[in-house]
Amino acid sequence: MKHVKTIQKSCLAESLRHGGCGECQASCQSACKTSCTVANQACAKKAEPAK
Amino acid sequence: MIHAFTALGRRMALDVGSGAVHALDALAYEAVKQWGTLPREELGALLCVSFPKDEVEEALAELEALARDGQLGADDACADIQPPEPGVVKAMCLHAAHDCNLRCAYCFAGQGDYHGRDRSLMPAEVGMAALDWLVKKSGARRALEVDFFGGEPLMNMGAVRAVVAYGRSLEKTHRKKFKFTLTTNALGLTDGAIAFLNEEMDNVVLSIDGRREVHDRMRPAPDGSGSYDRVLRGAWKLAEARKQQRYYVRGTFTRHNLDFDSDVFSLADRGFEQISIEPVVAEDTAAYALRPEDLPAILETYERLASEYIRRRRMGKWFNFFHFMVDLSNGPCLRKRLMGCGAGNEYVAVTPAGDLYPCHQFVGREGFRMGSVLDESFNVDIQRQFAANHVLAKEACAGCWARFYCGGGCAANAHAKHGNIAAPYEMECEMERKRLECALAIAAEEMEWEARD
Repeated sequence: MKHVKTIQKSCLAESLRHGGCGECQASCQSACKTSCTVANQACAKKAEPAK
Repeated sequence: MIHAFTALGRRMALDVGSGAVHALDALAYEAVKQWGTLPREELGALLCVSFPKDEVEEALAELEALARDGQLGADDACADIQPPEPGVVKAMCLHAAHDCNLRCAYCFAGQGDYHGRDRSLMPAEVGMAALDWLVKKSGARRALEVDFFGGEPLMNMGAVRAVVAYGRSLEKTHRKKFKFTLTTNALGLTDGAIAFLNEEMDNVVLSIDGRREVHDRMRPAPDGSGSYDRVLRGAWKLAEARKQQRYYVRGTFTRHNLDFDSDVFSLADRGFEQISIEPVVAEDTAAYALRPEDLPAILETYERLASEYIRRRRMGKWFNFFHFMVDLSNGPCLRKRLMGCGAGNEYVAVTPAGDLYPCHQFVGREGFRMGSVLDESFNVDIQRQFAANHVLAKEACAGCWARFYCGGGCAANAHAKHGNIAAPYEMECEMERKRLECALAIAAEEMEWEARD
């Protein structure tokens, strides 16, 4: 496309199909302890090596 | 909902419902700002005032293709999503010590003693009982997280070692995997402590505020002397021993250093590669507390920080800033985004006496004691209240474009500012939105470089 460059395609709806396992890190434990950011937490399921 | 914004001189759009992120030229940016508010013909006519007609048609066709593909103007109501039922607890903040060997002016832990309630160390037996409790409460979850916190946990290293050893033994018998982490002021980082932490801790958070004068002003020793040199020495040794991975140097900024980008760069100049600087949590009456009138300066600082961050990373002086990380391709699922940090629901804090609270910041707050790991009492009503406090349930979050990135904000800050865990602290929201805009612009810039290289 000439006027738009897509940096990231749609991902949230798709995440409902594979997500929700709860194995990922509690975001507050990672570095902040006083604020809340979830978008920088990796998905534990997708990070697993392929079986 | 579509959020069109500029950051770092870039025009961008975040499609809230789909999570798609777009970099736009001037024409597409103007079109996206009006997208969905005007009929196509009217929008086209409006854009033709400033842009050539054939270009306008081309840009609108591109945006229409994105909309058809579900990447622009996607539904963001999430009407059919039900957050999971409460019950499972899988993460714990273990207060190994309600005591500290620093006297930081802004400490929300009351300089270690949690506001005079006690100055005590957690017996190893209490820590072990907490792990037993967590294993029981975690159901089928395999990955369990335990952060040793304080006060200063290195003041109680004997118990930390014993609890970790006990956790390892539970892994075998219960098919669990403990991810231990520790948050420290770095004063007690002996060679022996560093070797142990590097062996056992998934992550270590090291408290240091940045520039020497900034750090020493807020983080003095009990005798009033500065702690910077000793902290820097210990933190650096650990970071190097961990090969600059799986740690953070974590600072706090106050209204005394609204130019906290200089503190980030000070840490980067000393060779730290994993950096986080957080806004102070304080009573409004404190001289160092952030005030609404500080916000423009804070937002400018984030923008300045982002520009220099890009420049340094491009020049080969790579470092990572926690709040500019945004995992666009491998990020959390939508359910996780709704639940935020999980405080009071999947995540709890345990005091040296074994008392349970929704998180470390709630410790000692009236009405939030949830029970005890020693007698297994647990107030499920409080857990339900926190579980129900998800992003979709918060009135203030309904109209916010950042709601799937912040997790709905910090419940402890909301309660401290408004007496209500469901009413996010507005300044925190403003800062989070700015950090996110910067993060998305950084991602766009770095993707372009990669494509060019």
